[in-house]
Amino acid sequence: MSEPLLAVNDVSVTFNVMRHGAWPWTPPAKLQAVKEASITLEPGKTLGLVGESGSGKSTLARAIVGTVPVSAGQVLWRGEDIMAMSPAKRRAHGRHVQMVFQDPLAALNPRMTVGQVVAEPLVTHYPDLSKTEVRDKVGAMMERVGLLPALINRYPHEFSGGQCQRIGIARALITEPELVVCDEPVSALDVSVQAQVVNLLQDLQREMDLSLLFIAHDLSVVRHISHRIAVMYLGRIVEAASAADLIANPRHPYTKALIASVPIPSPKAERARHRPVLEGELPSPLAPPSGCVFRTRCPIARPGCAAEIPTVADIGDNHIVACPYHAEAGDPAAQQDLENTPM
Amino acid sequence: MALLDVTDLSVSFDTPDGKVHAVNGMNLSLDAGDSLAIVGESGSGKTQLAFAILGLLAKNGHARGSVRFQDQEILNLPEAKINKIRANEIAMIFQDPMTSLNPYMRVGDQMAEVLMLHKGTSKRAALDESAKMLDAVRIPDARSRLRMYPHEFSGGMRQRIMAAMALLCRPKLLIADEPTTALDVTVQNQIMELMADIQRDFGTALILITHDLAIVAGACAETLVMYGGQVMEIGTTDDVFEAPSHPYTLGLLNAVPRLDIPQASLQTIPGDPPDLTALPPGCPFSPRCPARHEPCALSMPPLEGFGDGRFRACHAAREDIA
Amino acid sequence: MLATKAIADDLATAAPIKGRSLWADARARFFRNRAAVAGLVVLVLVTAFALIGPFIAPWNYEDIDWNVLGNVAEAGRPSLETGHWFGTDALGRDLFARTVQGTQVSLMVGVVGALISVIVGTLYGAIAGYYGGRLDNIMMRIVDVLMSIPYMFVLILLLVVFGRSMLMLFIGIGLISWLDMARIARGQTLTLRGKEFVEAAVATGVAPFRIILRHIIPNLLGVVIVYATLLVPSMIIYESFISFLGLGVQEPLTSWGALINDGAAEMNNGTLWMLLAPLFFFVVTLFGFFFVGDGLRDALDPKDR
Repeated sequence: MSEPLLAVNDVSVTFNVMRHGAWPWTPPAKLQAVKEASITLEPGKTLGLVGESGSGKSTLARAIVGTVPVSAGQVLWRGEDIMAMSPAKRRAHGRHVQMVFQDPLAALNPRMTVGQVVAEPLVTHYPDLSKTEVRDKVGAMMERVGLLPALINRYPHEFSGGQCQRIGIARALITEPELVVCDEPVSALDVSVQAQVVNLLQDLQREMDLSLLFIAHDLSVVRHISHRIAVMYLGRIVEAASAADLIANPRHPYTKALIASVPIPSPKAERARHRPVLEGELPSPLAPPSGCVFRTRCPIARPGCAAEIPTVADIGDNHIVACPYHAEAGDPAAQQDLENTPM
Repeated sequence: MALLDVTDLSVSFDTPDGKVHAVNGMNLSLDAGDSLAIVGESGSGKTQLAFAILGLLAKNGHARGSVRFQDQEILNLPEAKINKIRANEIAMIFQDPMTSLNPYMRVGDQMAEVLMLHKGTSKRAALDESAKMLDAVRIPDARSRLRMYPHEFSGGMRQRIMAAMALLCRPKLLIADEPTTALDVTVQNQIMELMADIQRDFGTALILITHDLAIVAGACAETLVMYGGQVMEIGTTDDVFEAPSHPYTLGLLNAVPRLDIPQASLQTIPGDPPDLTALPPGCPFSPRCPARHEPCALSMPPLEGFGDGRFRACHAAREDIA
Repeated sequence: MLATKAIADDLATAAPIKGRSLWADARARFFRNRAAVAGLVVLVLVTAFALIGPFIAPWNYEDIDWNVLGNVAEAGRPSLETGHWFGTDALGRDLFARTVQGTQVSLMVGVVGALISVIVGTLYGAIAGYYGGRLDNIMMRIVDVLMSIPYMFVLILLLVVFGRSMLMLFIGIGLISWLDMARIARGQTLTLRGKEFVEAAVATGVAPFRIILRHIIPNLLGVVIVYATLLVPSMIIYESFISFLGLGVQEPLTSWGALINDGAAEMNNGTLWMLLAPLFFFVVTLFGFFFVGDGLRDALDPKDR
């Protein structure tokens, strides 16, 4: 098997958080946003990262891009540890790994024209290009993402949300990176526009043989666009499998609950489903439960769950799950319903 | 007698960039205990519709038409009169629970205030009732939670508190404006269950305003689809979802990825949301409509009934929209 | 369908359309604000007064009119015949010319002070805010220390030790004016640093100094400009106070503060014009700056960004 493009090995990201109302000299509380996460990305494939708030998916994304420092573990780009790179090398690394953000308008400098925004990565990494060359490449990129090149001197606030996201994508792709990290790229967009951007990302991935890390909380969209999906809860990766396999055979109780919670736009399907509600609240990331972080809400939790952090088990077919009791019945009724949903 | 009867409602705003026509000649009717979902994207006018009903429009907003609640005209009522209806008869839950709860007041005080104002109850009785209501929305330790501040609760909890506050006066109609947009999907599920329970236990009529088609499917009996300030289609949720009669509804349904049905690529609606300062004279969806033909850009199709409580506003024939 | 394709083809080959930048929007909003425009007009007129005044005044600012000396209350009145349009001061010098000269000095002090503040303060604050951590800590503590020094004393000391001169005045004003601006710029930079477009630039691999120049500072300018416009009046007031104490510019150079001082001293001798002329310009200019500053703040309202 070829070397993966990106390998995340047991990465943890910890932040120092000032305690509420504490004296300035007390040591800060530790917020473990990501705990011992390991994933790999293959060239030309999309890995979907799914989780709710506090899951650490955005933090992990930023650790991969390099804007957030890693506290433990390694992020290996083609075998090289990006944390070990010099600042100059890390900046040059930006040519290979780019990011698309959630808020399309906020991701663009309001004082720069579209042309300047899209040209910036090109000018940063290829300073020897002539002005005409840059302009031509920017124009070509804009067309590719579905924007009229004549709009090159317009400012971001003159565009709609969907168009702003296209500009963001153009900016991310202009240096022809190998990996694009998309952090909730469609959550802030209207439904009809979401579909346009999702299709665009898929097309571009095929054309440019991109590797995508697609982060979202909407499992439906993630399942649609990803080859492989990893599920995160409170900083840990609890399950990962190929997209079809994860939806058809979820093993972790959280994954099952997540799938059961996703609404389906079909009244008939909804009625035919049995949807157990996941009770309880997300524990505070500052004081996570001992042992398995999901045990406070898990329908099959037992006393042993508080004692040990579950190890990640490989159950074949590239399917990994972090629950020692994954083979239990769990809630097969919900699973049956999803499979048998009449079209 | 319908609980709520909206006839020919139009809402516009005066802005330096021109007049924004948020709602244009809307009609809807709701009976007691009914549940209606108003579905639309940004710029559809769905939130402004709710604001107009409750007299919450911004200063530069103007509403015309008629809104009859229990056979009483309530559109553009003077502040003192509409205040009696707010919370008491028609309650609203807003999208972002953090900004709709006063961060400087304890939760119990905010809730008690509603009862004290509208029902004239004493503070003690109001707090008791509030605790009971927090229980009803399944907030654990209701009594002690009354003394906490909004920021001490999670998003899902805050939304429950909003719901509890809305129900204190046992209103006849609850308007929920994007109640789950800011929430995680598991919490969203909890809140939608709560909405269903509220409807069942309190018999409140519900108007659910949202852009999320998926949550509508399991929540409301009737669905109304809006675009560019106009009604595109009305019908039972089953009918609208299983057999949409409007190209826009069909487009929306095709654009949403479904967990149970894998697709190679999504069918999109080309173009961008409408510019509300410059709407075409005809159907606002016509620039993007695959079934567009001659009359569409020139005149707005009237909302016509066909079959069981179904209405559509489209020049194209039903067979031609696929 | 054919019609739209033709239009689409046209658009595809059309020349780039000029965009409407946020500055253009702000400019439009500013000019819709009547008070702000009035303030701007006043400032333009006062500046014209300061620039053109010396060329039209019949007298210059230091010559003594011997005809008036000894009888200032009568002969020194403002009149068109004597050429003393604003009258004379207690020493018989033409008040019009002196007011023009005072306006030049005061405006220069205000503008130079504001400029130093903008350039030094913004860069300092942006660098501290962007890099954060220990550098930020050290830089801001320096600002704190400098701020806690009672500037009145330092300035007076400087002026007494090194003598009163325009240069000393500028140095003194410059020393204090950038501190507030540095704090403001740093605060704004902290906010901007968390914005996605800055994160995008970092992820792209843009070098830090370029990020500060291209992304941070242009987005600071709104706040900076507003604050600078409101800083000019405080510089002028500052200088006036120093002159009022008798420590400002050296005679025969003068400023509004010095003129007001002289005029106030003569108030009870029935020579009110000596006070009113400089006072009028002083007050009117300050109002002008305040209205313009307010107008700029409304025009650059971040809500619309």
